[in-house]
Amino acid sequence: MGKTILEKIFAKHSKDEVKPGNIIWLELDIRSARDFGGANVVKNFQREYPGEKVADPDKTFFTFDCVAPAVTIPYANNQQICRDWAVEQNVTVFDVDSGIGTHVLIDNGLSAPGTTVVGTDSHMNILGAVCAFGQGMGDQDIAFAFKTGKTWFEVPPTMKIEITGKYEYPTTAKDVTLAVIKKMGASGCLGKAVEYVGETVEKMSLNERITLCSMATEMGAIITLVTPNEDVDNYFREKGITYDIADLTPDADAEYIETVKVDVDGLEPQAAAPYAPDNVKSIKELEGTEINSVFLGSCTNGRYEDFATAAKIAEGNRVKPGVMFRANPSTRGEYGRLIKDGIFDTLFNAGVIMSHASCGGCASGQLGMTGAGEVQLSTSNRNFKGKQGDGQTYLVSPAVAMASAIEGKITLPK
Amino acid sequence: MEYKEKIKGRVWVITDPDGKLFPNIDTDMIFHNSYLAITDINEMGQYIFDNLEGWEDFAKKAQPGDIVVAGSNFGCGSSRQQAVDGFVSLGIQALITESFGAIYFRNAVNMGFPLVRCDNLDTDKIQHMSEIEIDINSGEIKNVETGEIVAEAVPLSNVQKDILKSGSLFKYGKSALG
Repeated sequence: MGKTILEKIFAKHSKDEVKPGNIIWLELDIRSARDFGGANVVKNFQREYPGEKVADPDKTFFTFDCVAPAVTIPYANNQQICRDWAVEQNVTVFDVDSGIGTHVLIDNGLSAPGTTVVGTDSHMNILGAVCAFGQGMGDQDIAFAFKTGKTWFEVPPTMKIEITGKYEYPTTAKDVTLAVIKKMGASGCLGKAVEYVGETVEKMSLNERITLCSMATEMGAIITLVTPNEDVDNYFREKGITYDIADLTPDADAEYIETVKVDVDGLEPQAAAPYAPDNVKSIKELEGTEINSVFLGSCTNGRYEDFATAAKIAEGNRVKPGVMFRANPSTRGEYGRLIKDGIFDTLFNAGVIMSHASCGGCASGQLGMTGAGEVQLSTSNRNFKGKQGDGQTYLVSPAVAMASAIEGKITLPK
Repeated sequence: MEYKEKIKGRVWVITDPDGKLFPNIDTDMIFHNSYLAITDINEMGQYIFDNLEGWEDFAKKAQPGDIVVAGSNFGCGSSRQQAVDGFVSLGIQALITESFGAIYFRNAVNMGFPLVRCDNLDTDKIQHMSEIEIDINSGEIKNVETGEIVAEAVPLSNVQKDILKSGSLFKYGKSALG
């Protein structure tokens, strides 16, 4: 019987029989911890493996992205626990200047297509965008992975989501992502792996795939995987990384438990209204809703192209006085490109608070919470009650975020 | 945690404002991100459900030995171990729902904390504050007073049973991987 993409990746990383429902020991190419969870990983490791070393320091990383730099003493203490221990263990820390861990791993060629990667970020499965198996895990799981280089995993069944149809700007990959979440709901993919297929997905750039795959967790999916296309191949080839595409393409006789079709032909810009990522409405339904603040960034929409889209709209305009607009690029590398290409300037001149690379407003505590009664637009992936403060958050694309910021209300970009 | 084949305790039936089993309770409702700097498990319990509408005082009223029943996709959201640890810290013995978020499920399994899945949970049968007994082997969940079977659990997977019996992922790993 043929194999799905995930089954192929697992088969290359396990001696056990890979079939849905089986529990296998999986070899991990990369194991990481961010600052949220990191200190607990260290404490678990020290308690369970006193005086011992990690399995492989070259495959073990810390990525500080949530509260970067630390804004409270407890967060600072936790980060320092990780730094001190990393020195002891000879493990690399991508420190508070680096940016969002998953993006740092992609940009450094560490989570290349076909690899297996775990970390304490529940959006680790965003790595499905580059056809890597990424999985968010808790502190104990990661401490165990640091020590053994392995994890137990139940092979999930795979379903297909086929996306077809053409859409035009101002509709973007974010709107397609929200349309998929609307169709599947918060638990529509619970416990399943997903393969995204269809003409619309095949054409998507690496950047767009990252957005699409950044909300797998919001549908309950274990991961959403996409077979690499030329854009992804070129991105990794420039880093000297090549792979056999056959390893990342499902067999013709692979078994799927379900196929769901999503037609995005003529799709209009979308938003997830408070307080759930699957509470998706069309921007037209929400037009005119007054807003108080905007956040551009996160692992979903924090890349160069997302900022470039916002800058195009911002050119010659200004964020409406009274609207607070915060922006954090995904990585230091992307931040540098924004400065070099003048995008930083355009956004700065439009009144945007341009901050450094990190999770920014998406993780609590670092950069701006919402107050009771505040209405925020965010390009991130979660708008649960209380997550980013007492206010209400709508999840939107960078284009909708910027067009709305200029008008001070939810607005369809021209 | 210590492995028990039968778990008996008072049950909290967590319902939403409409009176239905509360679905999609995410990790921020269970253990809000503003407490993430906490690394001592003993301090975690007091914050459980303080961001869950209608259940903000749960941690004050829960007693060691209690059991919690909630709606589907419980623990979706972040990879937050504290959202499991907090229940353990309060002495909660088990969680029963129709389904769990994948990461949450692993986190609980790894610490030997029993998560029990039931395909159909009927709140007319499992009543808030009643005493129930879960039989981990047979999957039967009964009302202690009346003896009525109030729900049937999906059997635990082998790895879940093995980790439960050994007490934690770490202990299990030492025996399974040598």
